[in-house]
Amino acid sequence: MNREMISAKGLRKNFGNLEVLKGVDLTVSQGEIISIIGPSGSGKSTLLRCLIHLEKASAGSIHIEGEPIVTTSAEGVVHTPHERQVRHRCRKLGMVFQNFNLFPHKTALENVTEALLVVAKQDKKQAEIRGEEMLAKVGLSDKRDTYPCYLSGGQKQRVAIARALAMGPDIMLFDEPTSALDPELIGEVLQVIKQLASERITMLVVTHEMTFAREVSDRVIFMDDGRILEDAAPDKLFTDPDHPRIKTFLEKML
Amino acid sequence: MDYLLQTTGYIFQGAGVTLKLFIITLAVSLPLGFLCAMGKTSKVKSLRLLMELYTSIVRGTPLLLQLFFVYYGLPILIPGLRFERFTAAAVTFILNYGAYFTEIFRGGIQSIERGQYEASRVLGMSYSQTMLRIVLPQTVKRVLPPVSNEAITLVKDTALVVVLGIGEILRNSKEIVSRDFTISPFIIAAGIYLALNYLLVVLFRKLEKRYAVYE
Repeated sequence: MNREMISAKGLRKNFGNLEVLKGVDLTVSQGEIISIIGPSGSGKSTLLRCLIHLEKASAGSIHIEGEPIVTTSAEGVVHTPHERQVRHRCRKLGMVFQNFNLFPHKTALENVTEALLVVAKQDKKQAEIRGEEMLAKVGLSDKRDTYPCYLSGGQKQRVAIARALAMGPDIMLFDEPTSALDPELIGEVLQVIKQLASERITMLVVTHEMTFAREVSDRVIFMDDGRILEDAAPDKLFTDPDHPRIKTFLEKML
Repeated sequence: MDYLLQTTGYIFQGAGVTLKLFIITLAVSLPLGFLCAMGKTSKVKSLRLLMELYTSIVRGTPLLLQLFFVYYGLPILIPGLRFERFTAAAVTFILNYGAYFTEIFRGGIQSIERGQYEASRVLGMSYSQTMLRIVLPQTVKRVLPPVSNEAITLVKDTALVVVLGIGEILRNSKEIVSRDFTISPFIIAAGIYLALNYLLVVLFRKLEKRYAVYE
């Protein structure tokens, strides 16, 4: 249970002169469900994007299951392993985006099987069985041959979750998975994520859904201005946070 | 009647040459355009500059001038490099249309959202897999209308090779016109161009329909 899945130390990221992450330390153990909350622009999404190497960290280190994605030497030189190696290591991570990013020219099933075919090199039949299994898991078996443009936002996001799960990641990253959805569609997506949580898949969820964060997480991380302000159990963070800043934020959100 | 058949047959012979030039040009310049568009959107600066030079020169000068240059100019510039007439025309057309297709495909590739690259990346796909399986198929759909336009223009541009004395539709018609003092060959020629382009329009409409299954 205590296996270390992600370890980030002194993580910094700047875009030009703008420093978005100002030294973040984070450890995620196997089976942990962690929500990351905080105001817009606090660096929540950037943190996730650095972990899966969509953004290259400007300083600090990231290890996924003990293997380095980014390291920084004592002299401050940032080192990343070979591109192919990074890609391979990041396959332990699955990611779900705010805007789904489904492949519009592929059906729901093809979206799920694409990486199985070209990355995992499965044969077509094998991939389809796996793909159908994943679609069933998110309750969309009947949409297998439907193109994304005919799916609702909630359905799109569920396909995106199925697509990420198909590759069998050890850790799932959710980047505001319900922020682009109509209010009445949020529930069905959260339901799927809750189900994954009950299976104890390690996950990091950046979210503005406070009720969800409180109900589902083992730990809640509050980020503000590129730093982790507090990292605590949900009951502690939601009822008795150490920082007045968090109290103000929660009052506004609830 | 016999006369009409004979002249029409002669013009149709020319249509064969026109069609050959058309097909060769499309078959080579489309992939060329795709490759150059990849170069133009790549991270390698020297490659981007090279492509920029290519498209600027080709798109900035008249096709007719390019025809003259390849046929008459190149042999003087590079002794020994002398193309046969049809080859010279084909080379010029391929380079010319390749440049236009480069720009069309570049626009198409750049119109694909960043999220598509990111989704491919987090699934573990390499750059070439992402381009071939995710970006290019979507690009094809988006560039169909401008490519169809270019194809239609190409049919008509083939008439320019008259200046090299290649016996295509226009030259063959003109020969008969000057010989027999009749304008009917021009009307036949116009009819053939129209028919070819009508076929193209139908073909591209079909293609667009096939790609309309998704948005």
